[in-house]
Amino acid sequence: MTIAEEELTEQRASVDRIKAPSRLRVVMGRLLRSGRGRTGSVLLALIFLLAFAGPYLTRWTYTAKDFTAFLAPPSTEHWWGTLQTGADVYAVTLRGTRRSLVVGLLAAVVGTALAAVVGAFAGYFGSWTDRSLTWVTDLLLVLPAFLILAIMSPLFAGGQWPMFVLVLALFLWMVTSKIVRSMTISLREREFIQAARFMGVPPTRIIFRHIIPNMSSLLVVDATLNVSAAILTETSLSYFGFGIQPPDVSLGSLIADGAQTALYAPWTFWFCAGLLIVTVLAVNLVGDSLRDAFDPTARRSG
Amino acid sequence: MAGFLARRLLNYLVLIVVATSLAYMLAASALDPRSNYEGRNPPIPPAVVDARLTDLNLNDRTPLFERYLTWAGALAHGDFGRTVAGGSVGDDLGRRIGVTLRLITVGLLVGSVTGVLVGAYAAVKQYGAFDRLSTALSFVVLAVPTVVLANILIIAAVRFNEAVGAQILLVSGEATPGLQGGFAAAGIDRIQHLLLPTLSLSLGLAAVYSRYQRNMMLDVLGADFIRTAMAKGLSRRAALTRHALRTALIPAVTYFAFTFGALLVGTTFTEKIFGWHGVGEQLVDSISTNDINTVAAISCFAALAVLLAALASDVLHAVLDPRVRVG
Amino acid sequence: MTSERTADARSRNGRTGGHGSGAAPLPLRAGSDPVPADPVLEVRDLDITFGRGPGAVRAVRGMGYAVRPGEVLGIVGESGSGKSVTSLAVMGLLPPHAHVTGSVRLRGQEILGAPERTLTAFRGRTVSMVFQDPLSALTPVYRVGDQIAEAVRVHQRIGAAQAARRAVELLDLVGIPNAAQRARAFPHEFSGGMRQRAVIAMAIANDPDVILCDEPTTALDVTIQAQVLEVLKTAQRETGAAIVIITHDLGVVAGFADRVLVMYAGRPVEVGSVDEVYYRTRMPYTMGLLGSIPRLDRGREQPLVPIEGSPPSPAALPPGCPFEPRCPIAVPACAESEPEPVRVGSPGHLAACVRSGEIEAEGWSPAQIYGMRAVASTADTAVRGERPRPRGERDLVLAVDGLVKHYPLTKGTLLRRRVGTVRAVDGVSFDIREGETLGLVGESGCGKTTTLMEILELAAPQGGGITVLGHDTARMSARDRMAVRRDMQVVFQDPLASLDPRMTVHDILAEPLRAHGGREVGPRVRELLGMVGLEAGHAARYPQDFSGGQRQRIGIARALALEPRLVVLDEPVSALDVSIQAGVLNLLEELRTRLGLSYLLVAHDLAVVRHIADRVAVMYLGRIAEIGQADRVYDAPMHPYTRALLSAVPLPDPVMERSRRRILLEGDLPSPADPPSGCRFRTRCPLFRSLDEAVRRRCVEEEPQVRRLGDDHGVSCHFAERLGAE
Repeated sequence: MTIAEEELTEQRASVDRIKAPSRLRVVMGRLLRSGRGRTGSVLLALIFLLAFAGPYLTRWTYTAKDFTAFLAPPSTEHWWGTLQTGADVYAVTLRGTRRSLVVGLLAAVVGTALAAVVGAFAGYFGSWTDRSLTWVTDLLLVLPAFLILAIMSPLFAGGQWPMFVLVLALFLWMVTSKIVRSMTISLREREFIQAARFMGVPPTRIIFRHIIPNMSSLLVVDATLNVSAAILTETSLSYFGFGIQPPDVSLGSLIADGAQTALYAPWTFWFCAGLLIVTVLAVNLVGDSLRDAFDPTARRSG
Repeated sequence: MAGFLARRLLNYLVLIVVATSLAYMLAASALDPRSNYEGRNPPIPPAVVDARLTDLNLNDRTPLFERYLTWAGALAHGDFGRTVAGGSVGDDLGRRIGVTLRLITVGLLVGSVTGVLVGAYAAVKQYGAFDRLSTALSFVVLAVPTVVLANILIIAAVRFNEAVGAQILLVSGEATPGLQGGFAAAGIDRIQHLLLPTLSLSLGLAAVYSRYQRNMMLDVLGADFIRTAMAKGLSRRAALTRHALRTALIPAVTYFAFTFGALLVGTTFTEKIFGWHGVGEQLVDSISTNDINTVAAISCFAALAVLLAALASDVLHAVLDPRVRVG
Repeated sequence: MTSERTADARSRNGRTGGHGSGAAPLPLRAGSDPVPADPVLEVRDLDITFGRGPGAVRAVRGMGYAVRPGEVLGIVGESGSGKSVTSLAVMGLLPPHAHVTGSVRLRGQEILGAPERTLTAFRGRTVSMVFQDPLSALTPVYRVGDQIAEAVRVHQRIGAAQAARRAVELLDLVGIPNAAQRARAFPHEFSGGMRQRAVIAMAIANDPDVILCDEPTTALDVTIQAQVLEVLKTAQRETGAAIVIITHDLGVVAGFADRVLVMYAGRPVEVGSVDEVYYRTRMPYTMGLLGSIPRLDRGREQPLVPIEGSPPSPAALPPGCPFEPRCPIAVPACAESEPEPVRVGSPGHLAACVRSGEIEAEGWSPAQIYGMRAVASTADTAVRGERPRPRGERDLVLAVDGLVKHYPLTKGTLLRRRVGTVRAVDGVSFDIREGETLGLVGESGCGKTTTLMEILELAAPQGGGITVLGHDTARMSARDRMAVRRDMQVVFQDPLASLDPRMTVHDILAEPLRAHGGREVGPRVRELLGMVGLEAGHAARYPQDFSGGQRQRIGIARALALEPRLVVLDEPVSALDVSIQAGVLNLLEELRTRLGLSYLLVAHDLAVVRHIADRVAVMYLGRIAEIGQADRVYDAPMHPYTRALLSAVPLPDPVMERSRRRILLEGDLPSPADPPSGCRFRTRCPLFRSLDEAVRRRCVEEEPQVRRLGDDHGVSCHFAERLGAE
């Protein structure tokens, strides 16, 4: 490193210190200032805490069965009551929430990343790259996702849930990819992309250094909203027995069981249903206020 | 012009064929119709099972590609094959499609119209009480999956019926079988059955549309032409209804194509939970019964429906927006 | 599309003057009363604040003016000076989070805080408005005629059929050919100029007393601007209304307004009759504005005096005079308190400057006040004066020969089909030699940007050839292309759009270096920043942290990073305010002299091109109309189009503006998908119209090629000599 460069690094560092707070901090600040964003983040933090730390508070595990209490109402022994099988509702619900959260988060991240890459390549290169990628996107849009996932459900049995995450992600990216593609087409005409092109910067570098970073706000928001979409799909599949396979539990399978006994044993239904609703609500609130935080000019929050 | 349309329709046809074939291959390799005959008492001899499966073109001992060719050959003549029970898939689905279409049409109309109206009004009264309330409600509704919503509706209906002491809200099936009485009684019975499934289907749709319409409306409200309309001397209300709402409807209509897939899934859950004998219910059942041919046929139906929705939304877009109309 | 053309053709045969013969007379009022009437619109002590608390933005402070019937008031200011907000306040159309205090009186009645019903009664009837952007001012889903008829019916109790007839009359009045048919068109079927005419028709539909025009011609080309200003004059004649025209263009005001008000940082800083303000300027800011505009009638000799710095943010105004930080004659008193406008010289001339008395007494001219810098820039000119070798001996940097670029025109999304071929560039030739600047000018749709993109792509063109630095693009290997990319760089129009907002200035400047294998980029980045007048410490910031002028300097620095030989400038100053534009133009001049660069400058502003170009090529509809040495083309244009184009550019000089004869072109640019046969300009050509039938045939049948008419001066017109003789 030359002396001049050292000087520059120093200068950059010092300017960095006095310069305006980083973009991330600005966005987080805005997110936490909006009532909706604050509610969502706090709720989400609580749910995570409950799902990951909650199980240590009780001596019941999600596999344990209490043969002295079938379908017992909430008590000091079983905080949220028990199921027909004698399983502790608190333990199984938290286990299900954890599974749903992990599946939702992973599927959303994989799905959005796929969407970004496919959309950006299709939009940037155009011609046959675009035509073939768009065709694949259309094909996946046309395939009934629920049905395909359901058919493949036997593959997910026996702890193969990461496989489930991948297949779920495979059906989450198409709409985002279409948006990314059309944004890339308009970005491609933007002057800073053209400037890079006319400077001789190679196309893949332009995509990863200019195009995708400039869509990061869209992608972050989309990933967040995909989390709720993935959770909803997962629970619906599990509800019909096509998702997470026993002995593992998910909120969907719990709700399916609970719905049978909901009328006379409400605790079997409402705890898991309520937790699912609150989780999705929190994720949606965060996603929506993130969108506003990234784009403060669009005064949409109500 | 005709060339472009023809190419587009051809592309649609190819998409449907590929999608259906893919679905068939997946179903044929993942589902196991043979298991339907296991564990019977008395046990069925394997040779009989084999013969039966071969007859239905479901025998997993025949190579997959051979089964596919047989199936595709029959399909080319409009025959979707037979169900595991031996009936014709085509006839079965033909009966069920009507049921599903009735549910979808009513749900779609109720949901989208309510959503658009609510969203537009909320945007006009931005930050007002109605806006806050509708936003909060739509957030809650969007967080409730259809499977939970349907169950909550059923619980609520049972409680409601208990409270009034009469069976007002009916939660199972499309109509009461063997109902006595005239046309009016049958009509009321249908409505009683329709109420909850429609609600279950359209609530989510209304929530999605109200959010979307609100955002579109807010975009348009800041547009220059609204300012022009008011500068002409139009009152705010007139400028909003005549200029803003009309323009903001265009993206909402195109959005329809995107929501249609979700609507199909919602219908599946609603049918299954409320016991309507539609295509959606058949979808869930066919997987449980390893009914490969029905699965493939439903895939074909779903692909066709999604593409028709895309086409319909393009046509509507052209009708509403003079900028894309063919000049 | 076809109907539009026939409409044009009919109008050419049937129409004689400014507006159609079929127009029913509008109720006429006395255009100019001998006794000064009461003001129709009076604004006093207007304050507009957006938001509340510490973050509040005071957009307008102590604004006041009055206009009398038939009077034209020009409000001039740079972006962010609060000029547009004021007119929205008069219309009562500000968003709810704006807090307005003061007084706005229309015909004596206070309308600030008036109920909605009173406001709607006034809007469109007593006061109407023409907005800046004609593209978005009309509702896209309704027919133009219906929208005008709606304006009529809001205030007049007449039937739908009658209103529709009236809409057609109004469209005819504003010069839309074949109005009855065009009234049924949708806004997107209208060109920008026609849409602005339609908006004007809407504004005069109810015979208003005041018409507020907010940058009515900014989005339009210069020949269309001349047409629209003419329509506004007609509208004023017909209605007797007062006009308030808001613009940043001092040329438009000079020719159009009676009085002018200059705004800076939300306040009026100088008011007076146009002649007073232009010739006896008493406020240093106004002087700076007048001194920083390149003028069409002066060449390079005119030194541009930029105003240093940039306007203050309305959220953080200094306590004293807001112009004090940029003022060359500021004294300590200026920073203490904000001066009130006081009368200087003749009645009605007010200036807000503590030294206005001194300026008046000493008779300081702008050149004297901004003297120091003016001298510096003349010194530059002197250095450049030693241009040794004649043109023919210098190396050819860029040669474009018969370049053709056509692309398909499709229509409809549902039933997409090809409806024609856009002949964007259709046989264009020019060359650039080392060390010179070629200005490529023309109105939108003339193909200048397409030409530029074709050159930058470095791909084989559809027709003709491009040779960059001795390499033919049609026979270029990937390695050659990379090498040429190094030597040819580009500066784009919008400095914010051309810099990646996610990258620091350091990374932006390092990108071209790294792309061409540079390792030690740090020192070079510092050097580049210094070269364009920025500090090394700026390297760690993001483009958003800079003002427009600074961003453009970053763009220029990036273009220079690889020490190119040819720099392509795509409208390099059109996104900047005039006071900042001058600094960037001076920088470009200086760098060219110092680094021996060649420039290809694409611009629509003829004055800017005149200021920095050695040679000029004027394009029309994908072809070159005239090309040659700048002074020759500007001083003695030989093509009728060049003549019309030059005559349409307004000069910031009221006396000259009043005495100029403007050649108004009729109609719009024909579609490049279906250009006229023979000479492409003949459909709008004044010379063509003056020729007799037999001679005209040549224009219709034979496409003129560029002919040399003198030393380095070419024209593509069969009858250019007749024009010269005229």
